[in-house]
This record gives sequence, C-alpha cells and structure tokens, in this order.
Amino acid sequence: MSSILLGILEEGLVYAILSFGIYITYSILDFPDLSVDGTYPLGAAVTAAMIAAGMDPLITLPVSFLAGALAGIITGTIHVKLGVRDLLSGIIVSTGLYSVNLRIAGKSNLPIFSKDSIFSNPVVGRIFAGGLSFISNAAILLLIVLVLKLLLDAYLNTRSGYLLRAAGSNRKLVISLGKNDGMVRILGLALANGFAAFAGCIMAQKQGYFELSMGTGMMVIGLANVIIGTQLFSRLGGLKATTAVIAGAIIYRACVAAAINAGLEPGDMKLITAVLFLVIIAAGNLRKNRAARRARSC
Amino acid sequence: MLSLKGINKYYNPGTVNEMCLFEDYDLEIRDGEFVSIVGSNGSGKTSLLNMICGSIPVDSGRILIDGRDVTHMPEYRRAEFIGRVYQNPALGTCPDMTILENMSLADTKGKSFDLRRGTDKRRKEHYRELLSGLGLGLENKLDIKVGSLSGGQRQAMALLMSTMTDIDFLILDEHTAALDPKTADLIMELTDRIVREKGLTALMVTHNLRYAAEYGNRLIMMHEGRDVLDLSGAEKERTGVELLLSKFNEISVECGN
Repeated sequence: MSSILLGILEEGLVYAILSFGIYITYSILDFPDLSVDGTYPLGAAVTAAMIAAGMDPLITLPVSFLAGALAGIITGTIHVKLGVRDLLSGIIVSTGLYSVNLRIAGKSNLPIFSKDSIFSNPVVGRIFAGGLSFISNAAILLLIVLVLKLLLDAYLNTRSGYLLRAAGSNRKLVISLGKNDGMVRILGLALANGFAAFAGCIMAQKQGYFELSMGTGMMVIGLANVIIGTQLFSRLGGLKATTAVIAGAIIYRACVAAAINAGLEPGDMKLITAVLFLVIIAAGNLRKNRAARRARSC
Repeated sequence: MLSLKGINKYYNPGTVNEMCLFEDYDLEIRDGEFVSIVGSNGSGKTSLLNMICGSIPVDSGRILIDGRDVTHMPEYRRAEFIGRVYQNPALGTCPDMTILENMSLADTKGKSFDLRRGTDKRRKEHYRELLSGLGLGLENKLDIKVGSLSGGQRQAMALLMSTMTDIDFLILDEHTAALDPKTADLIMELTDRIVREKGLTALMVTHNLRYAAEYGNRLIMMHEGRDVLDLSGAEKERTGVELLLSKFNEISVECGN
C-alpha cells in the first residue's frame, strides 16, 4: 500500500513541475500552449542523450530547461510576430519537435537505466543508505519541486513577474507601461516550456529511459492538474496558486491510480483525462456565465 | 508640442466602402494646453487619439512630438511619454492584481522591469498619499484586488497610474463616458486637478458638452475629419454649453442625423 502511495506522490511531483509551466501559460497568460506536448519529451530526449553520452546528470537540469525555453521562444515568436493563432502555434512547434526529439535521442526509445542519474548515484546512495533507500526518489523530487515552487513564487513577485501577470489580464496596460506586450508573452512561453522540458528531464531520469511518444496528451494532463488544484483550493484563501497546482497534480495521479486499481487499463487514461477535463472546463464556464449574468442584472 | 502635419487616413481602402476620414489634416497642440475635443460619432475624434498614440497607423503625413518624428514609432514606445485613460475603466488597471501591485507597476514605468522586487515597500507611504488624494478611501485597501473595485474607483486609479511618472501628454479617451453622472463629475474634477498640479498637456475627447465648455483652455469641435470649431483663451471662456449645442445641432442637421 505504502509503495502505491509513494508512487502516486513521486509521479504527482514530476507532473507538478510540468503543471508550473501550464500554470504560467494557461492561468497567467491565458494562452493554451500545446507546445508542451513537444517540449516535455524534448527535455527527456536531451537528458537521455547527454546521460547516454556519459555526462553528469546534474548538467542535464539546466540544459533541458534552456532547450525547452528556446522552443517556447519559437512558439511565442510564431504567435506574436507571424500572427498565427495560439493553439496552432503550439501544434506547429510540438509537431516539429517530434522529429527534433528523435534526432536528439537517435532512436524512439533510449534506455539510460544502467547510467547514473540524479536519483541513483553514489552520493544519493550514501545519504539514503539501508532502510531509507525506498524514500530517496520522493525526497529528491520533493526538494526539487519545493525549490522550483519558491523560485516561481519569487519570480512572480519581481518587476518582470508583475509585468507577466499584467500581460495575461490586460495587454493594453502593458503597452501603457511602455513595454512590448508580445515580448512579455514570449518570455512567459519560454519560462513555461522550460518547466515542461525540465519535467521531461526528471521523468526520463526517474523512469530510466526516453520514449518518443511520452509527450502525447501532456498539455491536457498538466492543465487538468492546474484546474483541479486551483478550483479545489480557490476557496481556501491564503494558499498560493503554485501550492494548489502541486496538490492538484498529486490528486490527479491519485485519481488515475484509483481508476487503474478499479480495473481500467492504463490505455484508458487518456479518455478519462479528456472527459474529466471537459467536465472541469464546462463547470468552470457555466459558473462564469452565471456570474456574468448576475453582474449584468445588477 | 505636438503637431500633426498633412495627415491622411482612409478606412477600408480598396473596397467599395472606402472612406476618407482625414484629408490633409493639420493640428498643433502647444505645451500646457488642455484641449477638449467634441463631435458626433464618426467625426474622427477617437481615430485622432489612436493616431497620436500609435494604436492605428496613418496612411500619410507626419506626427511630431517636440520636433521628434514619431509617425512610425510603435504604440508601446510612444507610451513612454504619453499617458492614456480609456473609456473602459478595466483597461487602465490590472484586475487580478492588488491596488498596491498596480501602483507598483505604474511606478516602475520607464524603469527596467527586471528581477528586483515588484513592490518597493519604502514607496508604500507614497502610494497611500497619492491614493488618499483621490478621496475614495483606497489607501486603506492596498491589498484588495483591483477587479473588485467599482468602475469609478478603477477609473480614478487608472488616472492616477497613467500620470504617476513623468509624461508629456495625457490622452483622455471619453474617460467619463462609462460612469454614472456623479462619479463622472468626480473623475472630471480629479482630472482637472491632476492636469493643473502636474502642468500636463492634455487631450480629452468627450461627449459631455458641459465638461468641454467648463474644463480646459482650448476646445475643438470635429466633424467628418475636420475641425469646425477651434477656440482658445478668452474666446473659449465666453463659450457656453448653449452655444456649443447650437453649433453641434447645426452640423448634425447638415448630415441628416
């Protein structure tokens, strides 16, 4: 039982990293960014290729983030400079990344089990010696997610973070402040896809391989996490959105585990995610419509 | 000084609906002028403001600010020295952020939006002072989201935010039109006070002829992309609402509405 719970926690924490990215695009920028379906496996491909080549696993962390950020800049540029609609820009980039990822990894499945990773190396082995080894993954993930959460919270409270938040809800205001709102959105997409690739990097090291199709449906899953988290905890004042997103990711994984335990196949999960996602969005829209009607009637 | 020289602006060019709104249009606004612009719908008032701010391009002609050609400068760059308040109070503030965060954003205009703290706590007292000048009690609600404020409160904040840093021009785009009469009066008085205190050059488009007559030191009435009235100084002082209304009716009758 405890190993199932631990598994849920570990998976949830990896998806929480991805969800930080989705939180930036969907909640802050109001930009449905499908490029994460390509940037999540991009992070994994870069990581697997580097580790397979014998490089230090720690270096894969910043490199995968930067690779994702670069892809995000491309999505943003396609959208802002070429005027392609938001959804399409993401689809174009994630489609192109499929081939790029294959090129980087060299094959559609690149195992790195036998190599050192941030989860299994001599240092980790010494710290979590003996009976503690079963929690080492969870502990490392918790540390990573916590650091990322604090960094993101801190960033959103900087001048640049303020501008990013303003760009999502009122682009006229960004222009009034003498700033190019397109550039601000590109920056947001860079950050978001940096997080997505970072999540892919962590996942590749955790599961021990890169797999070409691992990105399919990631945007929807990440979005489900964000919406579950922010909707469930929106009434709890004082809880930061980033914390809610982490909780949402873990709750989502728990639901998935429960569904599989109840006899569903892992292959059914995409359909369940899609339906769940639709229900959440539709419920949110209905509530918004009601609120809008109330606002009009008074 | 702001000058528009030989401005041409067409709408729907190349179609059967092609319409010439401005043809060889000139305008000069001297420093310190507070210009009220009135005119019927479609007379070109808002297009004029949009061309000055860079929200829409001109087809030909030049726009100069203090002798500097800004005709092809993007809107966000012009915003560095032009402050603008829109008709819609929602456009001047960020609803998802608190009053304090909004004030900090406005205060950072013209500086670098880098990784320093978004809110400088040492400026908090200064923001409180500015807000208390509005007389709306907002200084005690610093941590409230702006989205929960009323239209009038948000417009007052928009006005404050757009004039917080040094600007050359204040553009008021029917900024009282979406407010109830009492709130509109309040915002109008506030506007006048801020313009006087800061010695701003202001352009105000309004449908309220009383405001146009009472406030400012120059008045322009536009019709079909031309200035049909341009009064300043003592001449403007003598002009009351009745005179404006009769002139307004005169041009409206001409085009049959």
